[in-house]
Amino acid sequence: MSFVSFVFQSLLFRTSEPRGKIMIDGFLALYIFMLAAFTGKEIIGRVPVILHTPLMSGSNFVHGIVLVGAMIALAHAESPLAIAIGFVGVVLGAGNAAGGYVVTERMLEMFKSSKDGKK
Amino acid sequence: MDTQTLLVYFAKASYLLAAALFILGIKRMSSPVTARAGIKWAGIGMVIATLATFAITGAHNVGWIVAGIAIGVIPTWLWGRKVAMTDMPQMVALFNGMGGGSAAAIGAGELLKFSQPGAPVPPIATLALAVVGALIGSISMTGSIIAWAKLDGRMDKVFRFGGQQAVNFIVFAASVLAGLALVAWKLDANLVIVFFALALAFGVLMTLPIGGADMPVVISLYNAFTGLAVAFEGYAMGIEALIVAGMVVGAAGTFLTQLMAKAMNRPISNVLFSNFGGGGSGEAIAGSQKAIEASDAASLLYMAEKVIIVPGYGMAVAQAQHKIWELSQALIKAGKDVRFAIHPVAGRMPGHMNVLLAEAGVPYDLIADMDDINPEFKTCDVAIVIGANDVVNPAAKTDKSSPIYGMPILDVVDSKQTIVIKRGKGTGFAGIENALFYADNTRMLYADGKEAANQLIAELKAVEGGGGH
Repeated sequence: MSFVSFVFQSLLFRTSEPRGKIMIDGFLALYIFMLAAFTGKEIIGRVPVILHTPLMSGSNFVHGIVLVGAMIALAHAESPLAIAIGFVGVVLGAGNAAGGYVVTERMLEMFKSSKDGKK
Repeated sequence: MDTQTLLVYFAKASYLLAAALFILGIKRMSSPVTARAGIKWAGIGMVIATLATFAITGAHNVGWIVAGIAIGVIPTWLWGRKVAMTDMPQMVALFNGMGGGSAAAIGAGELLKFSQPGAPVPPIATLALAVVGALIGSISMTGSIIAWAKLDGRMDKVFRFGGQQAVNFIVFAASVLAGLALVAWKLDANLVIVFFALALAFGVLMTLPIGGADMPVVISLYNAFTGLAVAFEGYAMGIEALIVAGMVVGAAGTFLTQLMAKAMNRPISNVLFSNFGGGGSGEAIAGSQKAIEASDAASLLYMAEKVIIVPGYGMAVAQAQHKIWELSQALIKAGKDVRFAIHPVAGRMPGHMNVLLAEAGVPYDLIADMDDINPEFKTCDVAIVIGANDVVNPAAKTDKSSPIYGMPILDVVDSKQTIVIKRGKGTGFAGIENALFYADNTRMLYADGKEAANQLIAELKAVEGGGGH
């Protein structure tokens, strides 16, 4: 099997597992990656500098969605080692999401216009 | 359709909704008017996605899952509630490191599962992205922890030894080779452990030689790394919400890192592989710094019509932002036009200064970005520089031998009169003399930032009380 056909076959490989884990077609995934990347760049391109820190913190919160992956990994874990790794993943992911949300909200709460009146 | 399939569809639909809420939320965060709603939208998306996941996980290990969430959420929530605004950069670094660690843990779990004897061979794209995500996530985790320790003052700012770059390269190459071996050669549990050890070590080694001034760029880079790691592990696990959210953050973070590096005139490669101030130390400056007393400075302010305040991180260190706002309010009450000029990298992250000023109660419409305010300095009667140094150094425009040559600066030097509040005659972060401080129309008010602001408020009252026009 040539290298090229090997790559293509792996990209086109489709399968599905029980319990909600569905493998995504390789090219479709590349399109999702590409479109999401453009979306991310477009969104941030219009952000004024004054909001860069809250935005960095806010995007830091959004990748806390990793918690969902860690939860599913832990739910599938059988061996004690797998459970331990999954547990660590859930703790860290939950910390990312909760901490990221709290500090972002606190920062944004303080942004007030002079037209908003005194707080 | 059986119940299990229905539950999976329910969860998938919830992820779609959550992904939309994340994108809309981040978009709303791009304007100060809607930003507060934006984070709430993203937060609702996170809650929906997390709750819906229980529909997929079912009862298996559910006790561990709930306990893990509780242990992760409660301390970070409480800590995040009370941490000081000046400490925000290290908090973001820490939470980011946790996300990277979580992605790495997912990768470790997947790889160990694949490496079990008799396990089905995964598609190569799945395996490769699980490995890449684990590599990036591990680097992001240990790198962010080092960044946190440095910013929190728990570790010497810079740690260098001979041949460091060679050692770093070898460790990085070895971790990549181990990853390649996992994908293309043999899925072995021992090799998985070696791979993770190398990746985690590289995160530490990569961050150790980087100085505090460059940390904002590094945190932003690791933020992007974690986003990518989450996206890749999301592919390996087949969860679309992780792919979309992770990739959006990865791209946004990369773009933000470029913006920051550009504002500091430091290519990202320079930040990562070389030392600051390695070049010349700039031309020597003739003349002397001219001191001023608070009472005279207050008179200058009293006679001014247009005042621009240029705060730097030194102001926040001195906790002077509340007093400076008090001073500004006094000037506004006296009918002056007062604005704040913010350099893109003032503070320790882009926009950090805006957060600190917002905390003190300064309305955001009085705060101007560099590009908007620079033409205004020409018509400015008095510019007050407090705790800023390199970002107002005209050498960045005029002196080709200066290490900061080419960095965009605030044109304070154009102002008719400048008052610099500074504790002593020392140089800035970059260790460079500042020609602005020696200019004929610059006066130095040597005092602690908070103390100086207090004196100016008192003296201003005295000038007003004592008549004037």
